[in-house]
Amino acid sequence: MAVVGGGMAGARFAERYGALGGPGTVTVYGAEPRAPYNRVLLADVLTGRYDAESIALPLGGAEARPGCEVMALDPAARTLALADGTVEPWDELVLATGSNPVLPPVRGLRRPDGPGLAEGVHTLRTLEDCGRLAEEAVTAKRAVVIGGGVLGVSAARALAALGVRTEIVHQGTHLIERQLDGEAAEVLRERLLALGVETYARNRARAVHGGDRADAVELANGYRLDCDLVVLACGTRPRTALAYGAGLPVGTGILVDDRLATAGPHVSAIGDCAEHRGTVHGLAGPAWEQADALARRLSGADPDARYTGSLQRARLSTGDLEYAAFGAVDETLDPGLDVLRIADATRGSYKKLVLRGTRLVGAILLGDLATVDALAGAFESKEPLGGHPLHLLTRGES
Amino acid sequence: MTLTSPTAAPAPPTDTHCPYCSLQCGMRLGVGEGTKAEVLERPDFPVNRGALCGKGRSAPALLARDVRLTGPLLRDRPGGPLRAAGWPEALDRVADGLAQTREQHGPDAVGVFGGGGLTNEKAYLLGKFARVVLRTANIDYNGRFCMSSAAAAHRKAFGLDRGLPFPLDDIPRTGCLILVGGNPAETMPPAVRYFRELRENGGRLIVVDPRRTRTAELADLHLQPRPGGDLALALGLLHLVIADGLVDKDFVAERTTGFEAAREAAMAHWPDRVERITGVPAHQLREAARLFGTAATGMVLTARGPEQQSKGTDTVGAWIDLCLATGNSGRPYAGYGCLTGQGNGQGGREHGQKADQLPGYRSIEDPAARAHVAGVWGVQAESIPGPGKSAYELLDDLGRPDGVRALLLAGSNPAVSAPNAGHVTERLRALDLLVVADLVLSETARLADVVLPVTQWAEEDGTTTNLEGRVILRRRAFDPPEGVRSELWVLRELAARLGVATGFPVDAEEAFDELRRASAGGDADYAGISYRRIAAEDGVFWPCPAEDHPGTRRLFLDRYATPDGRARFAAVTHRPAGEEPDEAYPLYLTTGRVLAQYQSGAQTRRVAELTEAAPGPFVELHPRLAERLGVADGEPVAVTSRRGRAVAPARITGAIRADTVFMPFHWPGAGRANSLTNPALDPVSRMPEFKVCAVRVERAEQEVAP
Repeated sequence: MAVVGGGMAGARFAERYGALGGPGTVTVYGAEPRAPYNRVLLADVLTGRYDAESIALPLGGAEARPGCEVMALDPAARTLALADGTVEPWDELVLATGSNPVLPPVRGLRRPDGPGLAEGVHTLRTLEDCGRLAEEAVTAKRAVVIGGGVLGVSAARALAALGVRTEIVHQGTHLIERQLDGEAAEVLRERLLALGVETYARNRARAVHGGDRADAVELANGYRLDCDLVVLACGTRPRTALAYGAGLPVGTGILVDDRLATAGPHVSAIGDCAEHRGTVHGLAGPAWEQADALARRLSGADPDARYTGSLQRARLSTGDLEYAAFGAVDETLDPGLDVLRIADATRGSYKKLVLRGTRLVGAILLGDLATVDALAGAFESKEPLGGHPLHLLTRGES
Repeated sequence: MTLTSPTAAPAPPTDTHCPYCSLQCGMRLGVGEGTKAEVLERPDFPVNRGALCGKGRSAPALLARDVRLTGPLLRDRPGGPLRAAGWPEALDRVADGLAQTREQHGPDAVGVFGGGGLTNEKAYLLGKFARVVLRTANIDYNGRFCMSSAAAAHRKAFGLDRGLPFPLDDIPRTGCLILVGGNPAETMPPAVRYFRELRENGGRLIVVDPRRTRTAELADLHLQPRPGGDLALALGLLHLVIADGLVDKDFVAERTTGFEAAREAAMAHWPDRVERITGVPAHQLREAARLFGTAATGMVLTARGPEQQSKGTDTVGAWIDLCLATGNSGRPYAGYGCLTGQGNGQGGREHGQKADQLPGYRSIEDPAARAHVAGVWGVQAESIPGPGKSAYELLDDLGRPDGVRALLLAGSNPAVSAPNAGHVTERLRALDLLVVADLVLSETARLADVVLPVTQWAEEDGTTTNLEGRVILRRRAFDPPEGVRSELWVLRELAARLGVATGFPVDAEEAFDELRRASAGGDADYAGISYRRIAAEDGVFWPCPAEDHPGTRRLFLDRYATPDGRARFAAVTHRPAGEEPDEAYPLYLTTGRVLAQYQSGAQTRRVAELTEAAPGPFVELHPRLAERLGVADGEPVAVTSRRGRAVAPARITGAIRADTVFMPFHWPGAGRANSLTNPALDPVSRMPEFKVCAVRVERAEQEVAP
């Protein structure tokens, strides 16, 4: 059993396959130089809350082969080729190749003299990225984060916690628009401001200046932000080259069915690299649900196990910035939706339900998460809410 | 020894202990007005300092002749009625039946099922009877439904299993205590004082329970997870303790092994994910981790909530990990402990009525242990059978070709208390011979071919071992009614009829002295404990290997009972319950106890004042669920699982999660909670999953609740 990719999905699959008593021996091939770890915690590795060493994930007895990038697959021969030229056989293959950071079309990101990012320009996808960024953050005074999605906000918060004055440049209308509405994003922006993070929405970075070492980001409106660090947080793109090269059908991600099987016999795909029913999730929660379903199927614990999709659910729980978002949060897209909203400027909280009739289709809790359990339950159960959905927004007996 | 009868002249009161739960509160029995037995305070006994709950105070009601059995009963043909019989006839019938089954189907077709309420002496001789007289591997007991997951996790982590590694009076002196899935305010009220004192001393109390129980009301912080979320919750707290730098690195390095694997497991349980699995908001997880991790000392106590799950052993292991990571073990006022349930839940599992163990907590598969016990018993080690089936597996196979066909049952009422009880009742009916020894005609006794009336707590001597590992002595205060015999006498009579003339003393102290020899050198070493010492010292804590040994109040201060002396971390991962809610069965059911009843209720339901206080079963549900179902308080609701159906009145309360219903399990009939429960077993402890299953709840239109 070969798992290509030692990220969240690959590690979870290996651990579950072992726990469920799968008969095969599992090898996890990872391109990164260290055994699988919990990528979700990277922002807090940056702040120093976690040691880099302490976030390793369990593998359920699988063999980890870090620093072993898989260069090619041969589904017919059931082999894979490693960077050092060796060829390894497999009976069952799991592609968990994850995703790469998207590099935005900004001038000056790359070294003038060759491949790689310019000095001072960082992505935050791996522990190596994190280590380099943490090292430079020690002496840095100012940072610019390009991209105001979840990763951008987390990175900015972490840098601010390290005492680096940080600015977010965000092309969209408001922060984290995939998960939050404009009002929630405004509350979040104010909370970030209190932590020392300035946000410039509806702004595009045009260029990074400084030659060998980035020293400023120029915005499309001509404004120039001086900085010692640039962090790119412009989303991720599934890593599909390996699957594509092996002749497997690829859309945005590697196409899989409800069994999480690709078109190739004995080849499955899970996590950020997989596209299921037209969706690439790009989040740890769905990746683990896919890994769990596939482990049940391939271990023999439940040969009929299927993955039918994940509920849209996002969560940031860092204490000073906390929100949960479920489902569809923008009611303006559909006239059939109603909204129940509580905004508390004093306490910096914002809470909202999006309803279709008596059914909950989306919700946001920001700053006050007291009802997160009831809300998650209502969202997952899909039961009609009855006449008094207020208990989903405020504690106290209904 | 005081030997009085209610009809004799008043005599000095007798110091003894309550017949019910694992606290084994000290009580004094005297003769009151009208020669009635009377419970008096025994303020000098340290565990309860005189306090008793309603169950203990009303216990003498069961001494009355009209609620109990006073002579053997026999059934002449299957389906026929039970009729009164004399002892010789009853014993002959039992002995003949056991012998015949053994002859026709082999020794393993004869089985023994014991209980955690039996004294140490009875439990010991029941195990000896199975192995020496019946030569069967198939003996197990209802403690498997009670303690086995905590016991298994204890042994994995510490190499030894004693409910509490410290005396109860250490509790008020700890800094932070997490009580997981226990409700002592209702199940053992005299123990609540320790938790109150803890808070009065400035310590913090965190209670984990899907219901805001009377115990949870006492807490500084109540975490209210979904049933089955306890494992993920423990790992989530371990995660935060690691993240926040609250690991006691010196302790971990010097006194434990396996931390790295446990840390990896914890890293797979970050706060968002644990919130999602358990329903406990991340900010409450952080608060709990901070309170526990920053306290100078901390304790975790688990009870049946986290233990009675198909992942109970792993769950307890994760809570032990939390203690080990924070250095809260092996030093005073800190540690992991389990609140045992039954009166002799602790001692009952130490002396050989468990399928895989011999007296002194010895493994039945260990050649040295077998040789030692064989020596005490005067038999060849090879003649002792190997391990047999665990409780539910034994019950599930009753009457089947490869199962037990003749069963001797004492101190248990599985027709009410076993999971999937409807099925278990059918299996009991399928037996060729069912013999039940009990003091009342329990629901299981009603199914029996032979019912043997036996003595109860106030009518016999014997030791029990309470939740602290304190061996205490019950004293005979009254003569039993004529026609009632002790189990020790029954075992001797049956042994003699089956060809074993010696080795089954009727005198409890003599049996205990043999138990001491059998346990000597084992983990639960009673060699140095005598009746005289117990009386003089208010109980003696095991291990106590010699007469001049003081007993062991606190375990593990210098080393753990593992080969290398270190405690072992468990590297465990959350997994779903055996059955999770789905569209057809959308709610969780969890079960438990109420203040005025005890276990299957066979005793307490016969006490008028207790039955007045808690007259029948009920279904606790949240107002929003009740509204959705259109059910008003007190109206009957039907609860259905894949295994059965139960009907009981609704009790509507905001104290329970809206996705969960609760039923107490003390009643038979239409409201029997265990008609619903899931016998999914823990792979290590073989504990059934009483505390989580999936159900559907509806209005019960035309039905009348019992």
